[in-house]
Amino acid sequence: MQDYSLIWLIPFFPLVGSVINGLLGKKIKNEKVIGTIATGAIALSFVVSCMLFFRLLGDSQKVHEVIIASWMSAGKLQIDWGFLLDPLSGVMIMVVTGVGSLIHLYSNGYMHGEEGFYRYFSYLNLFCFSMLMLVLGNNALVMFVGWEGVGLCSYLLIGYYFEKKSAGDAAKKAFVVNRVGDFGFLIGLFTLFWALGEHGIWTVQFTKIAEHAHLLPAGGAVVTIVTLCFFLGATGKSAQIPLYTWLPDAMEGPTPVSALIHAATMVTAGVYMIGRMNGLFAMAPDTMMVVAIVGAATAIFAASIGLAQNDIKRVLAYSTVSQLGYMFLAMGVGAFSAGIFHLMTHAFFKACLFLGSGSVIHAMHHAYHHAHLHDDPQDMRNMGGLRKKMPITFLTFFVSTLAIAGIPGLSGFFSKDEILWWAFSSTRGGWILWLIGFAAAGMTAFYMFRLVFMTFFGEQRTDERAKDHVHESPFVITLPLIVLGLLALVGGWIGIPKALGGANHFEHFLAPVFEHTQEMFGIHSQHSLHAYEFPLMGASIGVALVGIFLAWLMYVKNPEAPKALVARFRWLYVAIFNKWFVDELYDGLFVNATKRLGRYCWKGFDLPIIDGIVNGAGWLVQGFSRALRFWQTGQIHGYAMTMVIGAVIIVAVYIV
Amino acid sequence: MSEHLLSLMTFFPLLGMIVVLLIPRENDGLLKGLTLVFTLINFCISLPLAFDPVFKTSGGMHYGEFAQWISIGDYFQMNYNVGIDGISLWLVLLTTFIMPITVLSTWQAVEKNVKGFMALLLLLETAMLGAFISLDLFLFYVFWELMLIPMYFLIGIWGGAKRIYSAIKFFIYTAVGSLLMLVAIIFVYYFALKSGVPFDKGFSITHFYQLNIPAEYQLWLFLAFAFSFAIKVPMFPVHTWLPDAHTDAPTAGSVILAAILLKMGTYGYVRFAMPLFPDALQQCLPVLAFLAVVGIIYGALVAMVQEDVKRLVAYSSVSHLGFVMLGIFALNLQGMAGGMLQMINHGISTGALFLIVGFIYERRHTRLIAEFGGIAKQMPVFATIFMIVTFSSIGLPGTNGFIGEFMIMIGAFESELRWFTVFAATGVIFAAVYMLWMFQRVMFGELKNPANKELKDLNLREVVLMLPLLLFVFWIGVYPNTFLEKMNPALEQLISQIKGKQQVAAVEVVQPAQPEVD
Repeated sequence: MQDYSLIWLIPFFPLVGSVINGLLGKKIKNEKVIGTIATGAIALSFVVSCMLFFRLLGDSQKVHEVIIASWMSAGKLQIDWGFLLDPLSGVMIMVVTGVGSLIHLYSNGYMHGEEGFYRYFSYLNLFCFSMLMLVLGNNALVMFVGWEGVGLCSYLLIGYYFEKKSAGDAAKKAFVVNRVGDFGFLIGLFTLFWALGEHGIWTVQFTKIAEHAHLLPAGGAVVTIVTLCFFLGATGKSAQIPLYTWLPDAMEGPTPVSALIHAATMVTAGVYMIGRMNGLFAMAPDTMMVVAIVGAATAIFAASIGLAQNDIKRVLAYSTVSQLGYMFLAMGVGAFSAGIFHLMTHAFFKACLFLGSGSVIHAMHHAYHHAHLHDDPQDMRNMGGLRKKMPITFLTFFVSTLAIAGIPGLSGFFSKDEILWWAFSSTRGGWILWLIGFAAAGMTAFYMFRLVFMTFFGEQRTDERAKDHVHESPFVITLPLIVLGLLALVGGWIGIPKALGGANHFEHFLAPVFEHTQEMFGIHSQHSLHAYEFPLMGASIGVALVGIFLAWLMYVKNPEAPKALVARFRWLYVAIFNKWFVDELYDGLFVNATKRLGRYCWKGFDLPIIDGIVNGAGWLVQGFSRALRFWQTGQIHGYAMTMVIGAVIIVAVYIV
Repeated sequence: MSEHLLSLMTFFPLLGMIVVLLIPRENDGLLKGLTLVFTLINFCISLPLAFDPVFKTSGGMHYGEFAQWISIGDYFQMNYNVGIDGISLWLVLLTTFIMPITVLSTWQAVEKNVKGFMALLLLLETAMLGAFISLDLFLFYVFWELMLIPMYFLIGIWGGAKRIYSAIKFFIYTAVGSLLMLVAIIFVYYFALKSGVPFDKGFSITHFYQLNIPAEYQLWLFLAFAFSFAIKVPMFPVHTWLPDAHTDAPTAGSVILAAILLKMGTYGYVRFAMPLFPDALQQCLPVLAFLAVVGIIYGALVAMVQEDVKRLVAYSSVSHLGFVMLGIFALNLQGMAGGMLQMINHGISTGALFLIVGFIYERRHTRLIAEFGGIAKQMPVFATIFMIVTFSSIGLPGTNGFIGEFMIMIGAFESELRWFTVFAATGVIFAAVYMLWMFQRVMFGELKNPANKELKDLNLREVVLMLPLLLFVFWIGVYPNTFLEKMNPALEQLISQIKGKQQVAAVEVVQPAQPEVD
């Protein structure tokens, strides 16, 4: 039995870093000190994570819980501050602290000279803390602390340039849309707590939930509702249909933030959550189907929008939404470890892509700044030919693009192909799911190479005055690019499937988490279909190459082609370019309707009706008093007269 | 000393009021300073209660004091009968805790007739503490009514533009409710006498709890109590005095109103209306829970479209107090503990929000959201504190608001109120909408309004008075057990009391249907 009691240090370091920079950063001022504190904090976490991770690798027992203290205690509700380390959370902490450290390092260069330098690093550390709580929590509520904590940091970092209205709007949108998901998470948790409680098990602890889940009828209404509610939470955090709309707007944040939060880590939280509760989800085949369908639909839908965007970060944003769709597709067909595998490889290549785009934006921004121009440094139409000016950025970006496009040998190929294979062959899969994923893969290759060609190839379209001021970024920026580029290249080799002569160490490592569920519910790739494995692989390589070829044709060979195509399919282009008008639809359906309802409640009910009655009662009393005053004339004979009349009436009534 | 601790704590502010009244009115600084000292000392007096381990183990009344007070012949007897349990403990401490902060907030805000203001604040403290510790229904009623008077003057004299209208509205709304309650109190008293409760026990609620009031009486009595308390909470649809009262009250008044006076209503349900009339409660539960949930959503929707920050916070109170009520009506430990905790949380967070609104009002003499924008750049410290409080109000995990809301909802969900909870949970979304939208419009964006370019960040006094509140935002968020462990025994006792009597009543109803065997 190994000792894992130091696990609390992993989230602790970034928390301390965040507090120090948050409280004292303004006084410290020195960027080097601030940056060192923040980067050091997450690097220390990484060191501890490595320690524990390798300890876990060599340990025969793979699931460890460490309880720190009681958190909430009221009768049946007993919740602890506790951590859970198993292969799943082990992989996650490595990704979060590893990629996190690189992005912290990168930020030192990228954010240089920013007024809110300390604020930025304080938020970034706080994010890492929250994300680590999310993945390490041993119960659903500690996870929820991280879950909402990353939402908060996302809010703070998207709104980092809070003077820009669009940044403030995007931040608020991200938080509110996530709250819709959180509503689902909470209802799911309540239902689960109550349903298990009916069987005498009052718990929110993951291991206990897994242990007692069999008390609930498999495939029954309860597990289906619970998992659907949790999945609603996942669609919020991981930007899936119908709650994906916040992610593209989130690109208002600084680019390293997009890399860390909106690509590599936070947005994968939903995938992780399903992985964490795999036993429960497997019990609800209906939910699994919904997950798979939503994942596949999001993958192709977001990819379609990515085809026509001109903002370099927006393309990557839609690409992220689309790739997350793949991960959900994997989870939905029961390919849990494939989903987590893609989560990891995606973290490498997408972080590299975002940081690469940041490097480009950084260079463009400085060039424009130098030339006193106000052109958009993120618009790819102003780029082109940058590969010679920024060779390291280009090379790492290109490698990552090959990875995401699914070129054999690179990390993305293995993970994506495994997902597609499972989508086709799993007992919970189907050829339609495969087909959608297959088509999306072609689109991915196309829009990514469109991006590469527009940015790095061809003629430089930058304004003449700024053209020569575009330079390669400094070493703190290129170093993380190189490391991530390498990971994008080789990161997939730990999961080479057996069909290709590999040993799939990754799946093997995660087996303690998923194998039991898969065996219990008979989730596996069907043997009868194994003959298709190589043809399908070939097909997906083929479609990627076609996508690349088309991009080359349209953006290198014949740059006039896109215009002709747009002219030919005008309506389609307008719809895609405007993101299928989903934002407008939501605004009309939800945002404005809610505002109108609020205004109606206030001006149409609160003031006229309730206060009307209250004030009316007041007027009535006053009017009544006024009437009484009329009788109080102060003249004796008047009173006497009234008394006489009254007496007569009383007597009359008495007699009659 | 400890046997008179509660009396000392309750009447010490009254002593302070007398001292304040003796000081010539032009010594503004001295008056404020003295009031601060008195409230601080009073906080220290009450502090030992927080550390008394007895509340962890015993749910009964402690620190009891008893004295005969008013006797009229042998048909009317009221006693000075006080004591606290784990339920009132934290409300008492919240009161003594909030008061010094409130006084500190008046430093620059109150300039007109400081003497009167301070005297009223101290009188109000005595009245509030008295109401929380009363175990005699009539004594409670006296303190309950006594609270009205200082608050009425605080709004009516030191208030904003429509202060007279708001003060009268506040007064009449509350007074109408309490008159009904008075009738019900007297009815219960005579019923108790008839049922054999000894005459010298007066209006002792511990004895009233034992009564078996017939269901048909219970309903009307409960309605009288419930109506009176519902106005105070305030529950939808008798909430409309609150936005007006808040908007026109001076900052100190708003803070006390939100932090403590509203809790008087929720506390009234827990201490009086529910345990005294459990059958009627059972009967009315669906309606009350419905109103609580409507309050949550309605309050949030109306808060969303407000143009005045203070009015927005006031409507948010309607929403938050709806959560508290829902938790209380869950009638299980999680829900009720959540409700009790949320009372404290609301006191801290909304109290802090009103202080925050006060800060910018003192600087700009307006509270219209449209007048602001981009303040964050000008006032970074203020922005940080405002943001923390905002997220506490939204109920972000790690802050106090989350614990309360979560426990309320998980408790209500496993009670009969399951479906109500689902709707209540949408309040979680709306809270984020109205708070963040407001925050964005006030703090973010470009600093366009020239009047805001001169704004000064918070001074030391203002930061100091916010820090204790922030401390508890995180304390309750991270380790609520400090508070829960002391309220749990009292709540368990209360719940078994209510449920026990409901079962007795159920059995009684069944009995007549059985054929009598003689």
